[in-house]
Amino acid sequence: MSILKKLALAAGLATALSSAAMAADGMTVGFSQIGSESGWRAAETSVTKSQAESRGINLKFADAQQKQENQIKAIRGFIAQGVDAILVAPVVATGWEDVLNEAKEANIPVVLLDRGIDGPEDLYLTSVASDQVKEGRVAGQWLVDTVKDKDCKVVELQGTVGSTPAINRKKGFEEAIAGSKNITIIRSQTGDFTRSKGKEVMEGFLKAENGGKGICALYAHNDDMAVGAIQAIKDAGLKPGSDILVVSIDGVPDIFTAIAAGEANATVELTPNMAGPAFDALAAYKKDGTVPPKFIITESKLYTAADDPKGEYERRKGLGY
Amino acid sequence: MNRSLRPLLATVVIFLIAYAAAVFQFPGLLSTRVLGNFLTDNAFLGIAAVGMTFVIISGGIDLSVGAVIGFTGVLVAVLITWLGWHPLAAFAAAFVVAAAFGAAMGLVIHYLEVPPFIVTLAGMFLARGGASVITQDSVPIDHPFYSAISSLYWRLPGGGRLSFVGLLMVAVFVVGAIVAHRTKFGSYVYALGGNATSASLMGVPVARTTVQIYTLSSVLACLAGIVFSLYTSAGYPLAAVGVELDAIGAVVIGGTLLTGGYGFVFGTFVGVMLLGLVQTYIIFDGTLSSWWTKIVIGFLLFLFIVLQRLVFAASARGDRVAEKA
Repeated sequence: MSILKKLALAAGLATALSSAAMAADGMTVGFSQIGSESGWRAAETSVTKSQAESRGINLKFADAQQKQENQIKAIRGFIAQGVDAILVAPVVATGWEDVLNEAKEANIPVVLLDRGIDGPEDLYLTSVASDQVKEGRVAGQWLVDTVKDKDCKVVELQGTVGSTPAINRKKGFEEAIAGSKNITIIRSQTGDFTRSKGKEVMEGFLKAENGGKGICALYAHNDDMAVGAIQAIKDAGLKPGSDILVVSIDGVPDIFTAIAAGEANATVELTPNMAGPAFDALAAYKKDGTVPPKFIITESKLYTAADDPKGEYERRKGLGY
Repeated sequence: MNRSLRPLLATVVIFLIAYAAAVFQFPGLLSTRVLGNFLTDNAFLGIAAVGMTFVIISGGIDLSVGAVIGFTGVLVAVLITWLGWHPLAAFAAAFVVAAAFGAAMGLVIHYLEVPPFIVTLAGMFLARGGASVITQDSVPIDHPFYSAISSLYWRLPGGGRLSFVGLLMVAVFVVGAIVAHRTKFGSYVYALGGNATSASLMGVPVARTTVQIYTLSSVLACLAGIVFSLYTSAGYPLAAVGVELDAIGAVVIGGTLLTGGYGFVFGTFVGVMLLGLVQTYIIFDGTLSSWWTKIVIGFLLFLFIVLQRLVFAASARGDRVAEKA
């Protein structure tokens, strides 16, 4: 028993010492990332690291390799270390209550990045995410403004069937074109968010639409599918960007190359900088207790050939996309 | 000292040295919070690894463990959330399904003389596929009984938590050690792994023991699945992918011989704690890629395989010397 007590005492002393040492430095923030399954997520990780560095934040990074149990372990590890705040990009929506309650009891604010959770809102300080419906709307609005009152038949490459971004980006685009009777979606199929599927499905669209003569524009739910489709349009002997307008979402480096070459017309950026607004909110909260809004929506910025696509490519190519 | 205890001793010594070195760098690692987390966060892995220890001591392998954990989580979640069952009834149903599943694998392994690797690989595909057919999404479990057990813990001095699931894992290890080292079934398992032919000549009921071993492994995997669903309050068909490999790793690092006939349940416990320590260290460091966990585990595995070779070669020589004398 006495050994146990001594051990506990030593443990308590050790925690006290380590937390005292941490208070002296800048803010320490733990970041539990899902993994690096897509280029965008890799970019999010590198942007988060550089944002932390530029603010003098000591970032503890844990890659969960797509596993929730690893994320829970990482969050518990951060709590045990006594970090000042925790960022989480949750891999699934369920199962966070226990561990986030522990963080709450330890008075460590939690910020969710780019995905939400099922659970009481008081478990986290705020969440930073994009509005996917708005992304679709911005893309649709660009088309409405570009074709004006000309007739325009649109083919749509959807994301993975049933996935939230696919549903929301479709919904937003349809909302934006609802007022324009001259714009109609004639074909819509899934390209699974991949380049190869995007190319394959676009080839099908072109064949079905008389070699593509009837198609005025392509709307792809992500840039990768658009890049694949551009290849298919070129193979069919048409000019992407002029014969068929191309608009897509995400803002990956390759689409900026395509825009610079005149082969794509517009992209709506899903910014990988979710951490910047999160750090701002945390800094304000730590300073004078300012409680940020529960949902911080990132900007859905439209980029066209007028927005220096070459420069945008250069800025993004090193981020890990 | 008894030579056969050397691999176990090596595991314990390596764990203590590694822990001391980690604490030296990050004093925060020596807190009741971290020690409590070791138990809670690795509870499902530890429970599954106990079953795996029996399988490996008997000279077999069970690749279906991770998939059974995932399947159990989904089954329990669906029974509770969609069909409104009481969690205890859902647990009972899951245990029955898992026991039948394990027994079937044991029967095929023994009577059709198919290598356990292939049979349990098929079992893995069946269980993972079955879970994904039931649902592709994560099914939340929202039941007062569930939240009551998942938030059941005792506070330790220093802010740590000794959770129910952590204690459950310790209990499974204690019972597992008693069964392995103090019961007839345990001695049959060792005999089977030493040499199946001579075991049957000595009167070990090989068929019954094989079926019991794989049933035990699946039942413990099912318990691990329940613990996992308590851990995340949800059932997810892709949960615990690859946990069988972590369990095998923990068993081997714990000093159990992959060829069977030799090993300790307690060694597996130290193996699981060592895996947990590596992960926790990398989280505390915060700059290393988490894939270093895999590299360190790979290195440890290699080290222990070499170590076992050396120890057993040395003890074989020692035996010959003893015979001559």
